[in-house]
Amino acid sequence: MKRILVSIKRVVDYNVRIRVKPDGTGVITDGVKMSVNPFDEIALEEALRIKEKGLAEEIVAISIGPADCQQQLRTALAMGADRAVHVQTDAAIEPGSAAKLMLKLIEREQPMLAILGKQAIDDDCNQTGQMLAALWDRPQATFASKVDIIGDTAQVTREVDAGLEVLEVDLPAVITTDLRLNEPRYVKLPDIMKAKKKPLETIEPAALGITPLERLKAVKFDPPSQRSKGVMVKDVGELFTALRGKGLV
Amino acid sequence: MSKILIVAEHQDGKLNPATAKCVHCASQIAGAEIHVAVFASDPAAAAADAARIAGVSKVITVANPVHANPVAAFIAPQLAEIAKGYSHIFGPSTTFGKDLMPRVAALLDAPQASDIMAVESATRFRRPIYAGNAIITVEVPEGTQLVATVRTASFDAAQTSSSAAAIESASPSAALPQHTRFVSVSAARSDRPDLQTAKKVVSGGRALGSADNFKILYQLADRMGAGVGASRAAVDAGYAPNDMQVGQTGKIIAPDLYMAFGISGAIQHLTGIKDARTIVAINKDPEAPIFEVADYGLVGDLFQVVPELERLIASDG
Repeated sequence: MKRILVSIKRVVDYNVRIRVKPDGTGVITDGVKMSVNPFDEIALEEALRIKEKGLAEEIVAISIGPADCQQQLRTALAMGADRAVHVQTDAAIEPGSAAKLMLKLIEREQPMLAILGKQAIDDDCNQTGQMLAALWDRPQATFASKVDIIGDTAQVTREVDAGLEVLEVDLPAVITTDLRLNEPRYVKLPDIMKAKKKPLETIEPAALGITPLERLKAVKFDPPSQRSKGVMVKDVGELFTALRGKGLV
Repeated sequence: MSKILIVAEHQDGKLNPATAKCVHCASQIAGAEIHVAVFASDPAAAAADAARIAGVSKVITVANPVHANPVAAFIAPQLAEIAKGYSHIFGPSTTFGKDLMPRVAALLDAPQASDIMAVESATRFRRPIYAGNAIITVEVPEGTQLVATVRTASFDAAQTSSSAAAIESASPSAALPQHTRFVSVSAARSDRPDLQTAKKVVSGGRALGSADNFKILYQLADRMGAGVGASRAAVDAGYAPNDMQVGQTGKIIAPDLYMAFGISGAIQHLTGIKDARTIVAINKDPEAPIFEVADYGLVGDLFQVVPELERLIASDG
């Protein structure tokens, strides 16, 4: 079966104003809105479009994390994923462990594609997709802004510093999404109701034979350094004088 | 003692300034031995430049036609092979390094620290999370090989040395995959200073209203010798190409002067400019968040401000 695996991460909603705890042990997440990582929504949307073109038959959403991840998996099912797999763990999951767990699922599911968000907006690591591709010994096409599936290959346009790069990769492959790849669909209430009936499987890392490792420990959290207060100028003349004084124009 | 391997980024025989910044970052680890690896179809020119970066004691070249354009699937297995025995492997936090380094880390079964902004020791580093709204200090166990990408806006470039390090060629035997093919890259050629390294940048938001209107910024930039950037909203609207995007998912820059025209200042944009020396904001809306970080703020219509500023600059001196 032509299957696409999409990874879904539960993260602090991108609109939330992040605050570091005064004791420096973390970021305040109590009572804060949680959502699907925006890049992962784009990944799921792309998978759905590929299926709607008749090029895939089943979309499987996967998430690794505590029990509450199921909320985000239900959102994914409501968006259109066919079934979900929750790897349930309260352990800290580094990208390396996430990639190893996903590889185990890939060995089980044999997908034609794994589509991941390019980075999670909480840790901003931008690693998991690339690591997964390496462990799977398959291609990676990261920061995708356009994906065309042509037979057993994918032509992927990537957003790079120089502009746009095009890679052709043999399937199966890993694609990571950039913001301009697509605009995810909204979830409608009837879909949320339908999603309750879709299968959601829960498994533990041990069942996949993986013990998550935490090798890069966060020892301290700090707020960012603040810039010193600036001034408002009343007109262009004043601005020009100020910049000229600094030798900037 | 730390032994650090840095993968060079280069184009058309020229070393990307990000490489020297990686060297400077590495040199902050006390007593580190620093080597640079150059993967290219013809590495000679880039290698000669790398050999003159202060702090570099050896340059290793890997010459292969497959490296005519950098492809992570081809570089990673070869870099992983020559990286055995190094305590740290660094790359720049550019799209080149971000694409490549995690693949290398996985092949080495090493953890990766992304976007290092400060070095505290050989095992302790600071990096931004939540779009730079929090800074974490991370620590790796002693003796664990670490891969990292270096946030170039956080470091000056290492100086040029009067002496040149030794240049050695290597021929890694790692098999290269057949599953990936480079097709093309759109090289935006411009005489304007490159956005990533320009000392002055003028930048436009969605308020510019059209791609055509961006011309007024190009004109101002040319008058000032500046590079040109854009907010994500402007790029999404099609007013500017993606390589002009400044922000969390675009370029992180640290110019001496950043002038934001019609940019409201979303958190994700600010994270791309917070290391600029002087930030100037022009916006119609006095409540725009960008004014919170601007050194100089002017409430006004950019379509009047830009031509007036250009006039003042032109008639000066």
